[in-house]
Amino acid sequence: MFEKALVGSSKYKVWMAFLLALMGIGGLCYVRQFNYGLGLTGMSRDVSWGIYIAQFTFLVGVAASGVMVVLPYYLHNYKTFGKLTILGEFLAVSAVSMCLMFIIADLGQPMRALNVLLHPTPNSILFWDMIVLNVYLFLNIFVGWVVLTAEKKGIAPPKWIKPFIYVSIPWAVSIHTVTAFLYAGLPGRHFWLTAILAPRFLASAFAGGPALLILLCLIIKRVSKFDAGKEAIQKLVTIVSYAALINVFFVLLEFFTSYYSNIPGHMHTLDYLFFGLHGHSQLVPWMRVSTVFGIVAIVMLLVPYTKQREDTLALACILLFISLWIDKGIGLVIGGFVPSPLEEITAYTPNPNEIFITLGIWATGFFILTVLYKIALAVKEEKLIA
Amino acid sequence: MDMKRRDFLKIAGISTIAGLGAPAALEMLLKGDAPASSFASSAAPAEGAHGAAPVTGKQYGMVINHRVFTANQGLAQQCIKACHVTHNVPDFQNPKDEIKWIWETGFENAFTSLPTSYPSEVIESKFLVLCNHCANPSCVRACPTKATFKTSDGVVAMDYHRCIGCRFCMAACPFGSRSFNWRDPRGKDDKGRYFIDRLTLNKDFPTRMRGVVEKCNLCVERLAKGLVPKCVEVCGDTKAIVFGDLNDPHSEIREVLRTNFTIQRKPELGTKPSIFYIV
Amino acid sequence: MYDGGKIITGLIIFIGLMTFPVWHNGGNAGVLPKQEKPVGKTACVKPTVEMRTSHMLLLNQWRDEALREENRKPFTVDGQDYEKSLMVGCMNCHTDKKKFCDECHLYTAVKPYCWDCHFPPKENL
Repeated sequence: MFEKALVGSSKYKVWMAFLLALMGIGGLCYVRQFNYGLGLTGMSRDVSWGIYIAQFTFLVGVAASGVMVVLPYYLHNYKTFGKLTILGEFLAVSAVSMCLMFIIADLGQPMRALNVLLHPTPNSILFWDMIVLNVYLFLNIFVGWVVLTAEKKGIAPPKWIKPFIYVSIPWAVSIHTVTAFLYAGLPGRHFWLTAILAPRFLASAFAGGPALLILLCLIIKRVSKFDAGKEAIQKLVTIVSYAALINVFFVLLEFFTSYYSNIPGHMHTLDYLFFGLHGHSQLVPWMRVSTVFGIVAIVMLLVPYTKQREDTLALACILLFISLWIDKGIGLVIGGFVPSPLEEITAYTPNPNEIFITLGIWATGFFILTVLYKIALAVKEEKLIA
Repeated sequence: MDMKRRDFLKIAGISTIAGLGAPAALEMLLKGDAPASSFASSAAPAEGAHGAAPVTGKQYGMVINHRVFTANQGLAQQCIKACHVTHNVPDFQNPKDEIKWIWETGFENAFTSLPTSYPSEVIESKFLVLCNHCANPSCVRACPTKATFKTSDGVVAMDYHRCIGCRFCMAACPFGSRSFNWRDPRGKDDKGRYFIDRLTLNKDFPTRMRGVVEKCNLCVERLAKGLVPKCVEVCGDTKAIVFGDLNDPHSEIREVLRTNFTIQRKPELGTKPSIFYIV
Repeated sequence: MYDGGKIITGLIIFIGLMTFPVWHNGGNAGVLPKQEKPVGKTACVKPTVEMRTSHMLLLNQWRDEALREENRKPFTVDGQDYEKSLMVGCMNCHTDKKKFCDECHLYTAVKPYCWDCHFPPKENL
């Protein structure tokens, strides 16, 4: 079915060329980084994880969100999501691919990446993260491809695919829980050492991922004949709103525990992120923008007038996506490193080389997404015509 | 050839995966790496630590006598210099790329859970900090390749050949003891100054490569020859640093711990550091 | 065969390019590496043939023994004591990296990264 991705309108070709250009620039920048070392990024001894791991964490959430369309359709027979499941699964494939690319980009010795397989270490959460992510990638590619092929032939999917689909549902929850465990089990980082980190991750994932899916559906409606349907989109809006509200609630809980207990170690990172600490306030504007965007987006998603109209809905989804991206990417990952275990504050600013590698990987993810969506939509359009 | 192209590709794909995976799977099942770290906590679960150290094996540790260091200004810097020169630790001269195995820091940075509200001589002085070679290290638990592991001497060691540079151990260390090689340590800056001074280079100890994490190794290469760690040697008769086996009740270090009150960095986290301080 | 002419031509060009190193020199293996053996020593830790095929495996084994099992005891072969170490063991006898190690490595285009960290003796960095 890949041949369907090789033909398209001129807009499609321009989009793919643009993505390929970004991928090329990112690739060249990665070669520079590979030759010099990771010092070519803004990371330092104190802030040893930066934008790469931040993107990885955020994208695991986007990948997990595929379950929000798969679960209602397959477990509860919610037929309205029938057209969307393939889009959710292919979004998961694209997101997990980006996650794996970001990890490789972040390794100091990427040529040794297979050491994780050659020397399995069950007590390390990174080991389990590698397993669950790769299995989830495989599950989504496998399920998506088999179901799509069946649709192309005009028959029901084979029965043996059902167990794989059912496994992918708790597996989606597991990938983000394991990623949260990366952070939540480290004794030295008070900002991360909280049981609510995994629920927070899942809540923001189930808000941000479907928000992206809504945006993609709105775009697809304009570039192809595929229409997800107003009911499906509005149901997704409901899911996003609830998840976003729960996420805000969880964040407020974190604020309460830190500030009411008044324990310095717990307050310091939130001080640094939202109010500035000892004169260091580099991230404060980012976090405040994230807060404002988040609140505005949630209001827009709850008010019937703004959530029914496609233009305001798109804006709300974009604002929410950006808000969650800042909160999970920048706030969470950088926040954990500031202040350092010796209570020192080191600022982190990604430099251009790092940013271009990041953009290159995002472009690769969107490239994979476009190819897969093109194939899926072409199959569905054939069915419509036939 | 009746086989369809799809079936051929399916069989070829599965055979490739089996061919690549079988040796690794066999090695895992037949050989198995020696477990070098404990997943669960090794000794007493109660918070008030019965101090039940593991009975088997050594646990090397140090008692850093801050009073001696205060009386001998400049001794601490000598320790740092000796360590860094012996182990070819590069000096990048910028805090971003900095690599340090042992260094001096303020009281409130070293002992984050102790009060600093009212000034005193101790609170205003600097303390030597280094890797604590914990008995229950969180960095060893975090490492996905066992590149950092605990030896039977109690040293938290690094295998630079295996490290993939993921820096998970750096995130896991509650004491900030680990440094990463952000660039080639054998290089030079724009003014042509080598990061590792060629005049004081120690050819008996390797450098590291970029992309791996490093930290104090408790001078395992010296311990193997029956010598004490370099910083301990520099202190000499002053007994500013006392080194020994914490598991040996008759050792000098245990005598020092019995007769002096000592504090540790972040003991509440349960990593059981092996470095003690007399203040 | 559909498009048979193009496929067969392509195949011939492909095979020609892939086997280029074999036929380009007419079967001549080039100048074989001539390693300068250390003076005054007759035997290494293992027979030459074995060393040629598996000296990396031996080094890896030594590394794991010394580092992970803390077994740094020198081992004896034919009454000679050898340290389990690249720098202090092997290079003790094979003192010239260029005339010994590099001879074979350059010929076979092998670039071991040992020297990124370990010091070859008698050479400047």
